[in-house]
Amino acid sequence: MRAAVSALDMRRATSLEEALKIIRDEKRMPVAGATDVYVAMNFGTLVPKQFLDIWALDELRTISSRGDTLVIGALTSYTSLIQSQLVADRVPMLVQASRLVGGVQIQNRGTLGGNIANGSPAADGVPVLAAVDAIVVLRSADAERRVSINEYYTGYRQTMMRADELIVAIEISPVEGKQWFRKVGTRAAQAISKVVMAAVRAPSPRIAFGSVAATVVRARETERVLSSGGSIEDAAETLGRELKPIDDVRSTAEYRRRVSVNLLRRFWADTE
Amino acid sequence: MQFVLNGKPTTLSANPAARLIDVLREECLLTGVKEGCGEGECGACTVLIDGEPVCSCIIPAGQVEGTEVVTIEGLGGNHPLQHLFMNEVGAQCGICTPGMIMAAMKLGDAPTLDDIKTALAGNLCRCTGYSAIYRAVLKWKGMPEPDTAGEMSVME
Repeated sequence: MRAAVSALDMRRATSLEEALKIIRDEKRMPVAGATDVYVAMNFGTLVPKQFLDIWALDELRTISSRGDTLVIGALTSYTSLIQSQLVADRVPMLVQASRLVGGVQIQNRGTLGGNIANGSPAADGVPVLAAVDAIVVLRSADAERRVSINEYYTGYRQTMMRADELIVAIEISPVEGKQWFRKVGTRAAQAISKVVMAAVRAPSPRIAFGSVAATVVRARETERVLSSGGSIEDAAETLGRELKPIDDVRSTAEYRRRVSVNLLRRFWADTE
Repeated sequence: MQFVLNGKPTTLSANPAARLIDVLREECLLTGVKEGCGEGECGACTVLIDGEPVCSCIIPAGQVEGTEVVTIEGLGGNHPLQHLFMNEVGAQCGICTPGMIMAAMKLGDAPTLDDIKTALAGNLCRCTGYSAIYRAVLKWKGMPEPDTAGEMSVME
């Protein structure tokens, strides 16, 4: 590990109340499954050295329904998402996405709340949440607020979460229409995506992409073309203009644009 | 921190932010736990926490508080799957082997080849081409090898 262990300071909270008090009073980075945080630390790219271990907060591990809203605790692991009948019934594409996160070892530790908090535009779970307009529930020691996942990111790895807040849950309203998910990477397991698309086919289609911009994005113009009765060809052309991917270590902008357009066509054909 | 390590109640005073792999190797001297990539990609450092395979290179040691941890040493050195890895030549350089075996521990009865590929998808091997590993695991579980050679390859 690049960081000197002696310089690291980790406190462990055993209840949500305790955790919220600690981050109200001390500047600490929350750590759940550590599958992103400890990778960055091993690489030496992570600056914070003061951590709050929240792994033990079992109260954030429940999956339940409240009325017709699906409520997923922030510490729910991908393995738990894969095993949940409730998630399979309501948001089957979240199960699909979870199966493609890393391998079993990562699925056992990686959490949905962590996937959101980490803020990577290549997150596998977040495009699904964006396509279903999920709500992120943030709590501090004295207040709780709800933010749409589609307003949650303000820039590359920048989010609306304040330093004294934790993500406690993700809420998803009933999803009408066929769900569709596809991750394109170098191999099925253990690969960070080149393009991820999650979408819902309904009179007003909802289409989200990962890995094609600084944040996970909704293809709003493309959605408008499709919901106003435009052809899939018009939509494909719009998407090609709307997305502004970049070249990076995993792929090129041009490849990503072409693949995204192909995925849109595939989505439309598969969900007819 | 207090936990059960390979069946023995254990108390350590390690920094809870230390990586679990470093505590296991350097303080507990369990050097069967291998470090490959240090970023949760290769699975060489796989150990079981409460029966679930995890990458010990990206786990803060403090998170094992109150859990049961099993490393390759915890299998006792005479486990049938260890012998099958040798007999089927599922181990060549050997760095991935402890992690492969620990990841396979989670498999239930009568796994299909697909189940095995999924269970071991987080473990990379650059020597064997995987076929010998899948063969070892299939034999351990008393499952027949699929007839077609192609199915045993890792490529889908």
